[in-house]
Amino acid sequence: MDKIDTWIPPKQTEPKSRNLFRELFQYRDLLLMLTWRDIKIRYKQSVMGFLWAILMPVLVVGAGVVVMIAFSRVSGHGIDKSAVFSVAVKSVSWAFFAAGVRFATNSLIMNKELVTKIYFPREILPLASVLASLVDFAVAMAVLLIVLCIAKIGVTIYLLWLPVLLLLLTMITMGFAFILSCANLFFRDVKYLVEILLTYGIFFTPVLYSAKNLGKLGTLMLINPIGPILEGLSSVVILHEAPDLRWLGNSAVWAVLGFALFWKIFEKAESSFAESI
Amino acid sequence: MAGGTIDVNGVWKKFAKGESFDSLRDLIPSLAKRLISKPPDQELLQKEFWALRDVSFSVRPGEALAIIGPNGSGKSTMLKLLSRILKPNRGSIAVKGRLGALIELGAGFHPDLTGRENIYLNGTILGMKRAEIDKKFDEIVDFSGLAAFLDMPVKRYSSGMYARLGFSVAVHVDPDVLLVDEVLSVGDYHFQEQCFRKMQQFCRQGTTLVFVSHNLTAVSTLCTTALVLKSGFPVFQGDISGAIQKYHSFYEADLKSRELEVLDSRLKVNGASDTNVIEPGSRVVFEVEIQALAEIRDAHPGIQVHTPDGQCLFATASSRLTKDRLNLSPGQRATLVFSFDMNLQGGVFLLGFTVSPEIETPGEWLYYNPRLKRLVLTEDRRCAGVLHANPSLDILIHRSEVKTMDRQEVSA
Repeated sequence: MDKIDTWIPPKQTEPKSRNLFRELFQYRDLLLMLTWRDIKIRYKQSVMGFLWAILMPVLVVGAGVVVMIAFSRVSGHGIDKSAVFSVAVKSVSWAFFAAGVRFATNSLIMNKELVTKIYFPREILPLASVLASLVDFAVAMAVLLIVLCIAKIGVTIYLLWLPVLLLLLTMITMGFAFILSCANLFFRDVKYLVEILLTYGIFFTPVLYSAKNLGKLGTLMLINPIGPILEGLSSVVILHEAPDLRWLGNSAVWAVLGFALFWKIFEKAESSFAESI
Repeated sequence: MAGGTIDVNGVWKKFAKGESFDSLRDLIPSLAKRLISKPPDQELLQKEFWALRDVSFSVRPGEALAIIGPNGSGKSTMLKLLSRILKPNRGSIAVKGRLGALIELGAGFHPDLTGRENIYLNGTILGMKRAEIDKKFDEIVDFSGLAAFLDMPVKRYSSGMYARLGFSVAVHVDPDVLLVDEVLSVGDYHFQEQCFRKMQQFCRQGTTLVFVSHNLTAVSTLCTTALVLKSGFPVFQGDISGAIQKYHSFYEADLKSRELEVLDSRLKVNGASDTNVIEPGSRVVFEVEIQALAEIRDAHPGIQVHTPDGQCLFATASSRLTKDRLNLSPGQRATLVFSFDMNLQGGVFLLGFTVSPEIETPGEWLYYNPRLKRLVLTEDRRCAGVLHANPSLDILIHRSEVKTMDRQEVSA
């Protein structure tokens, strides 16, 4: 038994491929619990507490409005009410995407203890991060909707698009969450790259301005899968028109393919998480 | 709660010694290579080593298996494979039944959350449903004895309190298969006792147990069979007393003596010779045949009985027993016959043989082997613990007091 020169590998019994959705469903309590934890600890030991969930998006919107005012000064056009609210809707949505991605990228390495000590589907960690950001987003959106009601923006049939758009945005965020959290586990460079991409990303995404005012550059912004979704949100909520279906189709393909492919990659890499972290 | 089963079949597991790449320059070629061909699972790449080599065992419902071995022998890796945290490179592992693991107590705790919140969080992480935790909440708190600190964030807990809460949650998962990794070493004495009792209770209820520990006394009390690992090789598999001797044999090289050697040793109990299974309370005769390698003058042969952990329960030597001394010239042989009452019970004990020089000095020996023989003591149903004290009891009811009461009743 002491020395092994040659050995015949025993027949590899390939484990039955997991039913991803079913396993996730079995662990739904854990997903909710970790989401709750992520929300809870974010505002622990802070004086403002949950108020930050409202204050942060207000500041983000404020920054957007400042940029708009600057633009209008330069171009000489006035600012109308709907343009301001459009920027508000888009920047709050962008903030959700950015926070979700940023938070999820670190989700696996922040929970090193869990990854190396206890078994559960690892998908739950990035998903919980996105869900926690989604709750913040919901709070911000609720506040924004109240403001929109007071401002008498009005309600139209196009609002029915809202769930579809939000679903696509969430799916894209989750897709990025899978691939980036996984990549960051193996290569810690990823978290710095994510910061850089999110910082510059806002210039290549129609957040502070509208894609159609920018000509060719605007097309570039719509190839970016987040672009058409943000434009769509502003169309259906503020401008009362249908979203641009061709570009939205582009986003939808990205969302579904990215989500499925990145999840698959995540799942393939999952078994070596504990020893590589 | 029923016992689950474990089947481990030809498992190999390798680890990297360092990072698999040191710089971008190494990384890009290695990634490219990996894209073209799958990494070989069977061979070792540079900087890799086998942490486990061809380990197979199975545990049936209600059995308790101990995994023992020196540090770095692959025990914890085995537990992590069983709990699905790691995946074997080769071979298969099948665990049937709900799995509970006492591997790292409170691994799922978040320092900023309160004790109460962490019970829910950790319980869910360990696989309980919310409703289940609701139901067991009071029991968990009772067991931990931390009712007064429930609404305090656990970062303010002492490490003992932390472990207490972790253990309390973990044992309330009600597993079919329980994996335990050296958790008895945390907490104060009473907490360790409590943990140990809880594990015994699991065993009685028929939970399948896999126990990794260096506490050999605990191992021999809880487990019936054992697997001994050494640098990833399974070197022994079988009954617990054999495993403990195998474990100790790793260090036997330290025990070589230049003065004399033991040629043979035998135990005789109640007429049966060469046995090591002993009924508590029997007279044991221990014969040791020795040969001198050097001149031996006025030496004191002796014996010792230890627990598997090395606590000395009993020791004696010729200096305490007789005026005779051991005098041998090189090559000469002698047989020493010791006899003593074996008033221990229920477990594995180690019988040692020693020879000390004429002037006895602690730690100086001509020959020293505290683990020459192992004694497997059966259990006397009349008592628990390790001491066999031959107990009896008479219950004497005081008649006179009963009469007094009768009289009172009559007068009333």
